Amino acid sequence: MLEIRNLAKSFGGVKATNDVSLDFLDGSLTAVIGPNGAGKSTFFNLITGALKPDSGEVLLGGVDLAGRSPPEIVRHGIGRAFQVASIFKSLTVQETMLAAVSADQLSSAVLHKRFPLPETRDRAEHVMELLGLAGKRNRTAATLSHGDQKLLDIALALVLEPKVLLLDEPTAGMGPEERWRMIDRVRELWETQKITVIFIEHDMDIVFKIAPKIVVLCYGRILATGTPDEIRNNSAVIEAYLGTEHAGAAA
Amino acid sequence: MTELEAGRADRLAPVRSVAALQRYRDVLIALIAFAVLASLPLFTDSKALLDFVIRCSAYGLFATSLNLLVGYTGLTSFGHGMFFGLGAYSFGLIMQKLGLPIPVAFVATLAITAVVATVIGAICVRLKEIYFAFVTLAFQMLIHSTILSWASFTGGDQGLRGGIPRPAFLGINLADHVHLYVASCALLILGLLAMRQIAQSPFGYTLRMIRDNAARASFLGIDVWRAKLTVFVLAALFASMGGMVMALFVSGAYPEFAYWTISGEGIFINMLGGVSTFLGPMVGTVLLLLLNDTVTRFTEYHGIVLGVVILFFALGLRKGLLDFVAEWFSQRRGAGEGR
Repeated sequence: MLEIRNLAKSFGGVKATNDVSLDFLDGSLTAVIGPNGAGKSTFFNLITGALKPDSGEVLLGGVDLAGRSPPEIVRHGIGRAFQVASIFKSLTVQETMLAAVSADQLSSAVLHKRFPLPETRDRAEHVMELLGLAGKRNRTAATLSHGDQKLLDIALALVLEPKVLLLDEPTAGMGPEERWRMIDRVRELWETQKITVIFIEHDMDIVFKIAPKIVVLCYGRILATGTPDEIRNNSAVIEAYLGTEHAGAAA
Repeated sequence: MTELEAGRADRLAPVRSVAALQRYRDVLIALIAFAVLASLPLFTDSKALLDFVIRCSAYGLFATSLNLLVGYTGLTSFGHGMFFGLGAYSFGLIMQKLGLPIPVAFVATLAITAVVATVIGAICVRLKEIYFAFVTLAFQMLIHSTILSWASFTGGDQGLRGGIPRPAFLGINLADHVHLYVASCALLILGLLAMRQIAQSPFGYTLRMIRDNAARASFLGIDVWRAKLTVFVLAALFASMGGMVMALFVSGAYPEFAYWTISGEGIFINMLGGVSTFLGPMVGTVLLLLLNDTVTRFTEYHGIVLGVVILFFALGLRKGLLDFVAEWFSQRRGAGEGR
């Protein structure tokens, strides 16, 4: 279980994350929503080590990871994908996957053997199949479509076999149809891989449709947590974020 | 290759053999290149040609090692020449003052280089881009100034004079011109082969990841700082090897070997030859030395000519020569497959 305890981070006088405590059960799927500047990405950055929290704990299986470096946190099993696809533009899809598995198997500093190592093969193959990238294995990452670059970014996180997967807006910058394809993929991953998935999403239709649990952030605080129905009818959420449209549709 | 792996070999086999084949191919190319170079003295008496190849060995080792930093890792060092100078001076001083056998001095110089590069690298590789470039340049100037001002030890601006003793070992007499020539070729080929192995190893791909996106690499569990430091030290070792070849060749060491212009020439060579292929810097080395030798023969304004050539490559081709050729080939192949 991933437990966040009283996590806090300020930039100057702005409390970007303000006393956030949350539990994410093993194998759960949670959406994090909130208006722009609510501290969603900061929240992810604190969990993954990109930023050091001012105070609080990030407990994964009882081990406190708060303030540790990204490589350490990744090794403990928290993987992430980025809002803007973060990939290696000159490597092919296959090389990217193989190199990532090498990193996970602690063979990224091996000098005396040739790349790729045979033992990295299966895992790379498996994840490429899983995300439908196998047909594009020899394409250089820079030449992939935007959607495929996002998939490659997720594949990079997934190939490390994380216990917890954080997806920062997996559908950012996509057209409506592509969005649904992507989010179906995410849902499928969650169902087949039995990992804890937490994702940030702006499209409310998507959130209410697929997330069993929703966390609403606002000004760095937790405004509400609950099932889609609870969130839809929460008056504070409606006032701060949703407006009346979704509430009306639910009523 | 355990029994277990052999059991599920059908899908892995082709890929593994490709990796193995590449290795054999590289070794084969190296052997052929060495055979061709080493047999050159049988066909020609031209001392100038052999000298040219020896200088290419020294500069080629240096420039290719710089490409490990610039091309593979994205670390543009403007102070890589310090290790060239360090190699030449350490080797020369050890031979002059201690009179050790050459192989021992060789290894000792590499050890000294490793220690110095680790200290300097630990400070430099935390920095990015222009800051990295400038701090490496600063260290280069520091080493150069040290050599100049510590005249009692290094000979100051006169350099190490009086020749470097070159006692024979294992039947190899480096005071003999042909022996020196073959030994330089051997060091060049072995050095290139070792650097090729580094570039094509899992570590080599770690370097490419860092070059493309260091932040992402760290989110894959890679210790970016450690990887950068490792390649900084490895590259320094090969640059030091180049310096030793140079010291053996001129039988001395001079402050110019440690001056920042050596680093500049290294960068220039990489621009000429190209950084996207392994042999680009080697091509650049041959080009630069050819240019240098021919142009200085015809005019004292060789700086202007070299400047024009740089502009042609930087603004005209926008890439090095071998980059250009490689791109042309891949485009042709792509067009051939597409139709």
